[in-house]
Amino acid sequence: MSAIAAEGIGISFGGLRALDGVSFAAEPGEVFSIIGPNGAGKTTLFNIISGLYRTGEGRVRLAGEDVTGLPPHLLAARGLSRTFQNLQVFFRMTAEENVMVGRHLRERQGLLAALLHLPWVARQNRATRDRARELLAFVGLAERARDPAGSLPYGALKRLEIARALAAEPRVLLLDEPAAGCNPVETEEIDRLIAAIAERGTTVVLVEHDMKLVMRISHRILVLNHGRMLAQGRPAEVRTNPEVIAAYLGRHGAEAAHAAG
Amino acid sequence: MAPAWLTPRRATVAGLALLLAALWLVFPSGFYFRIATLVWISALAAVGLNLLMGLAGQVSLGHAGFVGIGAYAVALGPRHLGLDLLPSLGLGLVLAGLLALLVGRPILRLRGHYLAVATLGLGILVWLVLNSEVAITGGPDGIQVQRLVLVGWRVAGAETWYWITGLALVLGVLVALNLEESPTGRALRALHDSEVAAAVAGIDVARAKLAVFVIAAVYAALAGGLLALFNRFVTPQAADFLHSIELVTMVVIGGMGSSLGAVVGAAVLTILPQALTVFHDYEHAVLGLTIILFMIFLRQGIVPSLAALLARRAP
Amino acid sequence: MDQLLQFVFSGLTVGAVYALVALGFTLIYNASDVINFAQGEFVMLGGMVTVFAVAAGMPLPLAALVAIAVAVATGLALHRLAIEPARGASAVTLIIVTIGASILIRGLAQMVFDRQFHALPAFTGEEPIRVLGASILPQSLWVLGGAAAIVLALWLFMERTLLGKAVRATAANRLAARLVGIDTTLVLALAFGISGAIGAIAGILITPITLTSFAVGTLLALKGFAAAMLGGMGNPVGAVVGGLALGLLESLAAGFISSTYKDAVAFLVILGVLFVLPQGLFGRRAVERV
Repeated sequence: MSAIAAEGIGISFGGLRALDGVSFAAEPGEVFSIIGPNGAGKTTLFNIISGLYRTGEGRVRLAGEDVTGLPPHLLAARGLSRTFQNLQVFFRMTAEENVMVGRHLRERQGLLAALLHLPWVARQNRATRDRARELLAFVGLAERARDPAGSLPYGALKRLEIARALAAEPRVLLLDEPAAGCNPVETEEIDRLIAAIAERGTTVVLVEHDMKLVMRISHRILVLNHGRMLAQGRPAEVRTNPEVIAAYLGRHGAEAAHAAG
Repeated sequence: MAPAWLTPRRATVAGLALLLAALWLVFPSGFYFRIATLVWISALAAVGLNLLMGLAGQVSLGHAGFVGIGAYAVALGPRHLGLDLLPSLGLGLVLAGLLALLVGRPILRLRGHYLAVATLGLGILVWLVLNSEVAITGGPDGIQVQRLVLVGWRVAGAETWYWITGLALVLGVLVALNLEESPTGRALRALHDSEVAAAVAGIDVARAKLAVFVIAAVYAALAGGLLALFNRFVTPQAADFLHSIELVTMVVIGGMGSSLGAVVGAAVLTILPQALTVFHDYEHAVLGLTIILFMIFLRQGIVPSLAALLARRAP
Repeated sequence: MDQLLQFVFSGLTVGAVYALVALGFTLIYNASDVINFAQGEFVMLGGMVTVFAVAAGMPLPLAALVAIAVAVATGLALHRLAIEPARGASAVTLIIVTIGASILIRGLAQMVFDRQFHALPAFTGEEPIRVLGASILPQSLWVLGGAAAIVLALWLFMERTLLGKAVRATAANRLAARLVGIDTTLVLALAFGISGAIGAIAGILITPITLTSFAVGTLLALKGFAAAMLGGMGNPVGAVVGGLALGLLESLAAGFISSTYKDAVAFLVILGVLFVLPQGLFGRRAVERV
């Protein structure tokens, strides 16, 4: 059974057809990438899958269960987590607290106990903090744990979001352009992180513009163009697909690439 | 370096308790105890409101409505329902919480500052009812409140009330800080920065906001009840729009997100009019000017600004 | 039936004032996202300054002009001295600034003028006009006509003048407006000035019917805000319709239900709108980008 499956997803904004009949499925431990030129509908697809947008077209399944239309927090409870293209960091909190928030689903709630600060609340706070520290170390931010998130550089915030998403122990992790704006060293670091996450059995669905990164770490790739599926397959297949090349480089560029290749 | 056991939470509570004792030693007369009591009561409401505003980033422009409910519960419970004062107070807290739940539930599903607008309407409606139902509430002239008698002990005197309300405030601050250091507290601070990211982390954003709104309403009602018991008199002014604005201003002036700030803000706004009674005619003008100047020049509020200043001095 | 018509007349008269206040809210909100709770003080200034100028011996038209000038100056000063310095602050901070300004203006008015209620003579006689069995005051016609004239003038200004187009562009997209060279600070100042003028005119027109005092601003601001909410915050047509609808509802409620709770209508409307259709009658739904 696929960890996540989208079937026939479509949505329109005003007259604009942003997505049309998009389907894919990703398996546990797989790195599944979605690529396409700007405006292809990649982030929109993420927003539908993670419950931020609603649409009447298509279904989303998590481990077989139909979760179409569920709000984000219920999807999170079913093992879906994500990061954001334009950072959604809790800037007023420290790095460590950001990740602690990610543990929310794994924490015992109890408003009255919290108000009275019962002993188990304090114990749980410590456990949550320890786990947050581990995750920060995992993404290479151990030294910045006590710093306000607002003071972290861009590349670090990208990794902070990944740590926060991992804190929920998701089965499916959607990463929206984790390497955007990162330098080559940081990109390599993200590369390593994604591989390590997938190795633990988490399904990683990746939207990314850095083709080198995508080709290197993806098991399979879905190419979107103008909201439609253009191609799907292994990196080697996608790379040589003439339609994909045409979409990325334009007709003219495709001929040039053909001539050169 | 502070010892490890002295967490900011414990330091704040201990500091407040020490302040309570210190002021008790130096205050020369009942007048000072009276003013301090009024500060503690306002501070209690402000500490609750700060949970809503400072933590969750939601604003209530009608919080005095809940103060009014608490105050009138104490006045009307014994008169119309034959209840003792303390059960009446309890009833007021429950009513305020239920009303917050009822109004907050549909509103807090919306994103943005709709709660500010809804509470503005709610607060004025409460005030209108208190003002208009003359047969029940006594109308604009206000109504008497019985003297509190606890197991045979007639609670009287500014000094006694100084301690009762002061301890209530210390407990209120403690509970507020407890909330901050809990999954719910973290959830509230998170959704303040990004509701989307909070929801993706599994937080039921609407529910978390609703919880803190109800808590803030109960704080306000408790403050209202104490105010009525202390003054032994209550008028609809306790619930009016200006009082709501004063409560919001206390939180903002003291520093949003800081419980200590809420106490400081309450002190400023309670003591300022006392100092200004000399210039009775200018009172409103000065209050308005103070609000504007604070918003422009000390937007972070007193306590966070001071904290930042201290942090810069001692790196 | 006659009675109903009577309520409709008085409702529309008061509603026209709410509509003008709501229009002032909308202008400023569109130019800056600021909800200006000092809007009601402009109405108060319009009425009070005219009353005192007339008492000082000025003819009514001149006194009215002075009052409008004072309100415009107050609006500009509010923008220059309180809103501009707080630029970049959160919506809550700006709301509190305008509430502070409202308290300050009221406090100053109380010092400069007095704490009494005042009336103005009706512009053209007190003799009610009979219409279909109901009667309408000539002053009501002044209010309705004045409101219609303001709405028309504002519409012409927005549609036909370059400055009006700049205001509309700023409302549609502030960043884009700045990029094409529109001085958005000037536009916001203009919005405050116009709102001041509109508020003052409303105050002058209604004072012969409802009396005025230093304290009338708060309730008017809150009701104008309710009207703007009802119409859909930021929509000028909605503001006018919302204002008239609120006036009608209030008048009908006072007539058929209870005059004690006349003032409650506006606030029940606020809650009702939020519960049922948070975008207001004419609001637009926005898709949030993530």
